[in-house]
Amino acid sequence: MAVKRLGAQTIKFLNPPAIISTGSIVGPKEGQGPLADYFDMIIQDDLFGQNSWELAESKLIREAVTKAIDKAELKIADIEFMFGGDLLNQLMSSCFAARDLQVPFLGLYGACSTMTEGLSMAAMMVDGGFADRVVATTSSHFSSAERQFRFPLELGNQRPLTASWTVTGSGAAILSHSETGPFITYATIGKIVDYGIIDANNMGAAMAPAAADTICTHFDDTGILPSDYDLIITGDLGRYGKEIAVELLAKKGYNAVVNFSDCGIEIFDHKKQDTHAGGSGCGCSAVVFCGYLYQQLKLKNLKKILLVSTGALFSPTSAQQGESIPCIAHAVTIEI
Amino acid sequence: MQKKNQTQKKKEYQKYVEQKAPKPNYVHNCIWAFFVGGIICTVGQFVHNTVEDSLGITHLAATNATTLIMIGIGAFLTGIGIYDKIGKKAGAGSIVPITGFANSIVSPAMEFKREGYVFGVAARMFNLAGPVLVYGITSSVIVGLIYYLIIN
Repeated sequence: MAVKRLGAQTIKFLNPPAIISTGSIVGPKEGQGPLADYFDMIIQDDLFGQNSWELAESKLIREAVTKAIDKAELKIADIEFMFGGDLLNQLMSSCFAARDLQVPFLGLYGACSTMTEGLSMAAMMVDGGFADRVVATTSSHFSSAERQFRFPLELGNQRPLTASWTVTGSGAAILSHSETGPFITYATIGKIVDYGIIDANNMGAAMAPAAADTICTHFDDTGILPSDYDLIITGDLGRYGKEIAVELLAKKGYNAVVNFSDCGIEIFDHKKQDTHAGGSGCGCSAVVFCGYLYQQLKLKNLKKILLVSTGALFSPTSAQQGESIPCIAHAVTIEI
Repeated sequence: MQKKNQTQKKKEYQKYVEQKAPKPNYVHNCIWAFFVGGIICTVGQFVHNTVEDSLGITHLAATNATTLIMIGIGAFLTGIGIYDKIGKKAGAGSIVPITGFANSIVSPAMEFKREGYVFGVAARMFNLAGPVLVYGITSSVIVGLIYYLIIN
């Protein structure tokens, strides 16, 4: 019997795995943002000494994972499994990073929700006794995402105000059993929610219902109240998507305003950095969690948070065929 | 019935999102487009006059030469990474003139250089400008045929 399953969509970890170490690395623009002090490494050249944006992104993952391993005073060989994913076709950057790292690898595609998808899977593996040290990682790169999903960098067009800015960066978290936290205690796996939004330049609005749905289900399943959390933070809804999500939650009877934020809003300075709706991409929630939030948990400034990475599962093909954007959000409870 | 409710709910949400989305400042954007577009056209006229006077060629030949020079300038500014910055401010002001056409060809060509000169640069070059060429040339052929039929 599934003793660890709770309610409709939630898993309760009976032997909560600890996040023993994290690594985060970001690009130059993120390095000028308000969270700059919390990242392990800020690269100045967004090609990172590589020949292409895709290889640069792959190197970001490799460095983030290596950084997390170093900080835990482990060796690459100590890592038993790796969950990784990114936005590129066939997970190019994760696969190429895994090729170099030579760690048993499971690729995930959850668009920008990959960080919590990876954390949930890794936590299940450790809690279930299948592994002792598992790394969950993800990355995104502004330039590689632009060329796959949008327009060439040098094209002189105007970005709509609802558009978001793909974060260049990668975060990695190592899960293991440990006496000291922070621990992953619950994971709520989201359903795909699609309210028929077609505009790929307004992903916040497309993803907000998915985020609200997962968060409500999480509260219903676990009996935890919004006020029990120090922070409920979504992945990359951006400024407009966050407003919508708060309203949708209020409609369902959950009041989360003061302790509700979004990684995409936190990572950039909206007034100075011209990022319109805010940051997005797999790397957004990854670096904000692995950099900023993890340190706040360690310092006990935050004691219990709900990280809800949100993903828009569209492709250039589906967008050109005029299909709406299916969205998903996975929530993970992390507490000290 | 269930499905109908669902679509109704979706429609309501889409309407709500539309209301919620921030509106661009049209007046501000139009002023920028007007002046930048105007400056580009003035430069074009200056080039045209200069070419026509200094080379002593016909008005039509000077027009063709001007087109070439403006495309060259657009391509150059794209190459050194300035045109996208102008475009961000000017919008249609720098997209509509022929320099914008040059930008739409050079930018994908630069972007896909890593995929090689055949499948990257050459194949992707007309990613954005291709539709303009296809429908531009097609409509000019149709108009030409109609003109021919009317004259005869």
